[in-house]
Amino acid sequence: MADEYGEFYQRNRDIHPPALTPTYKTSVLRSPRIPLWSLQNSLSEVTGPVFTPDELGPLDHDLIKNYAHTGDPVGERTIIHGQVLDEDARPQAGVLVEIWQANAGGRYRHVNDRYFAPIDPNFGGCGRTLTDSEGRYWFRTVKPGVYPFRNYINSWRPAHVHFSIFGSGFAQRLITQMYFEGDPMIKHDAIAQTIADPAALDRLVAKLDLNASIPLDSVAYRFDIVLRGRRATMFENKLQGN
Amino acid sequence: MKHSINKLEETPSQTAGPYVHIGLLPHQAGFDIFANNFSNDLLRPDTKGERITIEGMVFDGSGAPIRDMLVELWQANAEGRYHHPADRQQGKAIDPGFRGWGRTGTDFATGLYTFETIKPGSVVGRSGTKPMAPHVSLWMVSRGLNIGLSTRMYFDDESEANAADPVLNLIEQPTRRKTLLGHRGTRDGKTVYRFDIHLQGAHETVFFDV
Repeated sequence: MADEYGEFYQRNRDIHPPALTPTYKTSVLRSPRIPLWSLQNSLSEVTGPVFTPDELGPLDHDLIKNYAHTGDPVGERTIIHGQVLDEDARPQAGVLVEIWQANAGGRYRHVNDRYFAPIDPNFGGCGRTLTDSEGRYWFRTVKPGVYPFRNYINSWRPAHVHFSIFGSGFAQRLITQMYFEGDPMIKHDAIAQTIADPAALDRLVAKLDLNASIPLDSVAYRFDIVLRGRRATMFENKLQGN
Repeated sequence: MKHSINKLEETPSQTAGPYVHIGLLPHQAGFDIFANNFSNDLLRPDTKGERITIEGMVFDGSGAPIRDMLVELWQANAEGRYHHPADRQQGKAIDPGFRGWGRTGTDFATGLYTFETIKPGSVVGRSGTKPMAPHVSLWMVSRGLNIGLSTRMYFDDESEANAADPVLNLIEQPTRRKTLLGHRGTRDGKTVYRFDIHLQGAHETVFFDV
């Protein structure tokens, strides 16, 4: 039985992309060359920041409304929802989930994005929420567009939403990207393909969820997130917490 | 290696990309959207402890500073206690004026990152007995990093505690331990620790698989 505050299971690096993936060129100069030093968890790793609802605004999770100035943003009205669990399938309540994405034309609201698809004056492109007592989260947005990036001269990113997730310990910290079911760009994308295991990549592909759609309003996709699980604690060689 | 006894597998990581600031530091991306923004300033007027600045750059394998790196910091308070329920150390109080977490981006022009914080106290090590030297945990992501990197910064004016630190002593090569030292200095009457991070090369920083 896992402990609420126990050490984390060793991260299974096989399901993650390696640091060095030459077909995603930027990784070459930004990947450490010396193996990571494996560190058994101390309090520094099993603890992490705690966030509270009063830190977030009432529209922070609603990308259709949280930057609307003259009306709603252009694009397919889309719900993204899911549950945050740990490796033991325990719901993770109170987890901060932050997202960001391009607008429907594939343009980011960012000083460094110079793609000529237009900025949408009513779309900021970011949101955040805390999971509820069952680990569930919910965002409303517009579906992001495909856009080119300078890897090869004809490299395109599939439609995707960036996710940042805090667990209850800093060693669970995770950033990833969510793709959309059926997108033909995924298999051509140098970044998605940094994940060697097709089953692992498929878990980043949100599935169309018609039953969660709002009829005549918004279509829904479901994306569940799994964070590292915790072992039973072994402080002072005595089993605690179970 | 299969870890299939678990019910579920962790969600795989993907790079944070060049526009990470939109979601995590919208002001740096160039716009204002949230009423409450997370920042690199961990201090409140009532925070207890010695005020310090931690700053530095992150260098890529060509020696160039990385100007789109997102860095997060997590640390204990001045007494050496984390603001978290898993920290059950006796005799150390939570500081209500200090959460111990902040985030920032390296500057788009200079590549410099900065945190305004306090020097943490010593925290008990994993055995439950041996103390760890004061340190902060750092986690960073960016374009080109397929998965976040974890490291620690220790304080170079804590040489006695550092020499006894159970984590520093795990690192086989003493020269590599030095890559985890922040260097104390003074600027305009303020204490500044300089901590540069090297992703590759002769001074490659020790990164941890936590």
